[in-house]
Amino acid sequence: MSEGYIRRDRDWHPPALHTAYKTSVMRSPRAAPLSFPTSLGEETGPVFGHDMLGALDNDLITNFAQPGQMALGPRIIVQGRVLDENGRGVPGALVEVWQANAGGRYRHKNESYLAPLDPNFGGCGRVITDAEGRYEFRTIQPGPYPWPNGPNDWRPAHIHFSVFGQAFAQRLITQMYFDGDPMIWQCPIVGSISQTAAIETLIAKLDMTQTIPMDARAYHFDIVLRGNRQTLFENRQEGS
Amino acid sequence: MKYLKESPSQTAGPYVHIGCTPNFAGIRMYDGDLGATMKRGPVQGEEIVVTGAVHDGMGAVLMDAMIEIWQADAAGLYPSPREVRGRADPNFTGWGRSAGNPETGLFTFDTVKPGQVPWRDGTLQAPHVTVWIVARGINLGLHTRMYFEDETEANATDPILKRIEHRNRIPTLMARKTANGVYRFDIVLQGVGETIFFDI
Ligand SMILES: [Fe+2]
Repeated sequence: MSEGYIRRDRDWHPPALHTAYKTSVMRSPRAAPLSFPTSLGEETGPVFGHDMLGALDNDLITNFAQPGQMALGPRIIVQGRVLDENGRGVPGALVEVWQANAGGRYRHKNESYLAPLDPNFGGCGRVITDAEGRYEFRTIQPGPYPWPNGPNDWRPAHIHFSVFGQAFAQRLITQMYFDGDPMIWQCPIVGSISQTAAIETLIAKLDMTQTIPMDARAYHFDIVLRGNRQTLFENRQEGS
Repeated sequence: MKYLKESPSQTAGPYVHIGCTPNFAGIRMYDGDLGATMKRGPVQGEEIVVTGAVHDGMGAVLMDAMIEIWQADAAGLYPSPREVRGRADPNFTGWGRSAGNPETGLFTFDTVKPGQVPWRDGTLQAPHVTVWIVARGINLGLHTRMYFEDETEANATDPILKRIEHRNRIPTLMARKTANGVYRFDIVLQGVGETIFFDI
């Protein structure tokens, strides 16, 4: 039988309570979570087929735009791989993304920022990884935005990611930031992660080699999901 | 070999519904929202509706959460390629996602009562549903389980429930039957009646 999934490193993830992020104060459990090894229910998960995707699902520049129109903003491609902790690509992983428009405004009824909506930008997209775990989508670079937390807190430009692996234990939601953005290091949500090395794994790198000339720059962002302990054991045997 | 660290989590934030349930958020995308229905046709077993809310440490109901569930079918089989014990009900997806009602915050899942699934050592677990909660202010998605209060016998021998030290917290994992085929399951993030969450 499987050895189960590698336990989450809770010092690497943000703690439930991070007082600088005020909403976490009333939404963080006080009791320690109960530890159990994964079993079948966590080692399985829903499967999503490529056939469910529409042709424009991974193109946020056009997937909400009027015919012939495009979203405003710096055009970028975001690409990378979904891997597991053992370094293996995760095929068939559903990646859902959402983001503000180039002015930092979300298309949402609770959004109160004065920056305008872009009539041609919805702000969501999705893609399923290929056999090697690769994914790619096209979008516009989102703008930074102020948010009600401290008196003057701003989110760095970011894209939200929701990722499914092959097991429900791998389920993850995170955010991608952009290399060189000074706002990253002032953000209370980023700061909920205590280790700088962990934060750095969420910063996408500009990759000029993947740029589409005269069209869009490329950012590279890999996502790592939990790995199976059985794989570690197998690999050790192979190596001996 | 190359060992990598898991990507650290970040909160789903206030706009998770734009990405995961865009149609619910008023953005017409795709062919509807994923996980809105768990049934592709007539399903085997007892059909049930599970409803509930997520409460914060002040007792307020969260209006911006997203709940996902994953469960076995009525025969205890998971609709997954990793399920090797048999073939699950082809009309049952096993996975549901709910944004909660925009007025009340109540989440609802139209599902089936799961069958029993073996634990790692082969002993049978009580019927249960894996539950995952994300929202603004939740820094790492919370895993818990929903069991069924009316499965007294199976619950008594469940390998996970048996190992819970604070017995008075076990009711936080129990869905209450409120009518035939209808269960209520509330999730309390913090404080009195705090739900047991799992590091699993
Ligand atoms: Fe955001």
